[in-house]
Amino acid sequence: MSYPPLSLHMPRTMRGESVPPPNPHLRFAGAGEMRRPPVDSDPYDMHDLAYNLVRVLDDDGEAKGEWVPDLTAEQLRHGLRSMLKTRAYDRRMMRMQRQGQTSFYMQCTGEEAIACAFQMVMQKGDMNFPTYRQQGLLIAQGFPLTDMICQVLSNEKDHLKGRQLPVMYSAPEAGFFSISGNLGTQFVQAVGWAMASAMRGDTKIAAGWIGDGSTAESDFHAALVFASVYRPPVVLNIVNNQWAISSPQSVAGGENISFASRAHGFAIPSLRVDGNDYLAVYAAASWAAERARRNLGPTLIEWVTYRVAPHSTSDDPSKYRPKEEELNWPLGDPVERLKQHLIRKGEWSEERNVQLLAGIDAEINDAAREALKYGTLHEGPKASPATMFEDVYKDMPQHLREQRQQMGY
Amino acid sequence: MMSKPVLPRRTMIEAIREAMDVMMERDDKVVVFGQDVGFFGGVFRCTEGLQRKYGEARCFDTPISETGIVGVAVGMGAYGLRPVAEIQFADYVYPAYDQIVSEAARLRFRSAGDYTAPMVIRMPCGGGIFGAQTHSQSPEALFTHVAGLQTIIPSNPYDAKGLLISAIENDDPVIFLEPKRLYNGPFNGHYDQPVVPWSKHALSETPEGYYSVPIGKAAIRRKGSAVTVLAYGTMVHVAEAAVTETGIDAEVIDLRSLVPLDIETITASVAKTGRCVIVHEATRLSGFGTQLAAEVQERCFYQLEAPILRVTGWDTPYPHAHEWDYFPGPERVGRALMQVMEA
Ligand SMILES: Cc1ncc(C[n+]2csc(CCOP(=O)(O)OP(=O)(O)O)c2C)c(N)n1
Repeated sequence: MSYPPLSLHMPRTMRGESVPPPNPHLRFAGAGEMRRPPVDSDPYDMHDLAYNLVRVLDDDGEAKGEWVPDLTAEQLRHGLRSMLKTRAYDRRMMRMQRQGQTSFYMQCTGEEAIACAFQMVMQKGDMNFPTYRQQGLLIAQGFPLTDMICQVLSNEKDHLKGRQLPVMYSAPEAGFFSISGNLGTQFVQAVGWAMASAMRGDTKIAAGWIGDGSTAESDFHAALVFASVYRPPVVLNIVNNQWAISSPQSVAGGENISFASRAHGFAIPSLRVDGNDYLAVYAAASWAAERARRNLGPTLIEWVTYRVAPHSTSDDPSKYRPKEEELNWPLGDPVERLKQHLIRKGEWSEERNVQLLAGIDAEINDAAREALKYGTLHEGPKASPATMFEDVYKDMPQHLREQRQQMGY
Repeated sequence: MMSKPVLPRRTMIEAIREAMDVMMERDDKVVVFGQDVGFFGGVFRCTEGLQRKYGEARCFDTPISETGIVGVAVGMGAYGLRPVAEIQFADYVYPAYDQIVSEAARLRFRSAGDYTAPMVIRMPCGGGIFGAQTHSQSPEALFTHVAGLQTIIPSNPYDAKGLLISAIENDDPVIFLEPKRLYNGPFNGHYDQPVVPWSKHALSETPEGYYSVPIGKAAIRRKGSAVTVLAYGTMVHVAEAAVTETGIDAEVIDLRSLVPLDIETITASVAKTGRCVIVHEATRLSGFGTQLAAEVQERCFYQLEAPILRVTGWDTPYPHAHEWDYFPGPERVGRALMQVMEA
């Protein structure tokens, strides 16, 4: 018997197509349609939640179903403020980069709800292990913008002394782990941190963050297996923004399966959630955090969203995806959706929104002005070059002292 | 005159185990884990009894994932624990290389001290046991090249315990290489002679309880005036044998710590002898010996009477059947010693 020649499958690239591609295995439930299982559910009883979508806000901005979180109007307004601030901050940093005040920047446009709402379930002492696209975790908790900008500018007041690429913040006081350029590494570190908390009988929880593209890294799998084995208090977040630079999520293995469902092979409960729905994010994050705090173990959450912005300031998405794709994205804009919800509840108005935006712009301008006083990447003061030899080790060894001397310090 | 107290004699395995025991006792933040280290006590018995004594939350088995082992150790270190992670064989550290190089080594620097990785990664290394390609490697150069790491390799039980205690107390990541051919006895490369147990060697005397050997200090194993031999791990014993067999009055330096390196001891010796032979088991190209040769050349050029020679493993993967053709034994080292004396 003879067989036809073999051929390799190349995932659909989605180029020129609208996202998400029609996939019979993955559904987008309407708002309020998905059940909210008890937090101590057996992962085997939750498989449906990994192939559908937890949504709270409907197209008219009404909150529906079992996942409607218990949030006050003030908390919702805080969410709106955080997201708007994150977006405005990103815009401003883009401008600084374009003006040559720094070398590089990464926006999270369209993904603001995920980090901003998630941060609201974290408590003092808990620890996030973010990627470079969770600036919302800092902004939602009111982290000083000036400090963030100084890092982006690598200036004299950059807490990281000009050592790190812009956006690779580190803020222990904000439960924000040092960001690494190496994708995926933080995911398994979050598991280790959570293991430590449990080993010490502590009450703190950890959250790991990873993008859809980076789930292909081996540390993603290592994180899941360690989380599965030891069941530490960790929430494992996959931000599926459909793209990894120019590669669609299908190239990461998402063509016919959800990322949430990866948890099933590890007996970890998982949720697939509308990442552009502030209420759904808050509700799912609370659910997972509650599981962690009650020692019920890890949860994997796939946040379905869309990377509206270019990957970074070095990227041009028009080279690999059509503009319409962003416009056709079915889950809309997280900011607009929450705003609409608040207006519908009678807790917000367009006028108040305009005022809020003006206030945010002023705040960011003030922060930027303040930060610029301490220099920019190419101009003005920065940390002494001698400081580059510090913190390699706790105590500077002889060879580094010699090299510092050779440099003239 | 007071008589010298009689100290217990230990094998390298016992000494290493005792270092972890001592530190787990002293500091409840010290945790030990890796493949088969918990219930079973490690494939080389280095962690035997620790789980029984300290419980599963302090000493436990992990999945077979080196990146997972080191990755969770980094997270634990950031939390405030002092993880001592074991990689079953140094040959299997590569899946963890990203976590070691990109994370553990750089965490303090990139976060300006916000977060640190006070961890030890223990791994049996080296050949001479018919371990072939994946149970014999000496990957130290892959670590000494990385800013932010300290790399240690003991050659005897006394140092193994004292250095491991120092490593665990150290606030930065330490790569702790354990020459497995030395686990049960000193080995000088004479594979055809009966195995000598540690109990016959002076450096198997190790004090009870806590003591430390400072990181970054070499030890002069044999004083001499004709040539300086720089060695570490198993090669210290090989070098000593070669010196005895050739009758050359060599000064044998056991580096113990590769980074940070004890430059003073090295340069003082070479300045005195004017000759230098470097010996390591690892392959030659870009091996740690290259660095040692460069340091000696830069710092002792005018005192040198002869070219610096290196005796190393060949630039091939570690073979099985040709173990003793590959392993830099006392004969090869002896030849280099004679060659450097003739120059
Ligand atoms: C280990 C590693 N490989 C490659 C890169 C280069 N790189 C930086 S970002 C990126 C895409 C990541 O995509 P994804 O995980 O989906 O996150 P997103 O940027 O969409 O938030 C790549 C390939 C890297 N930083 N680290």
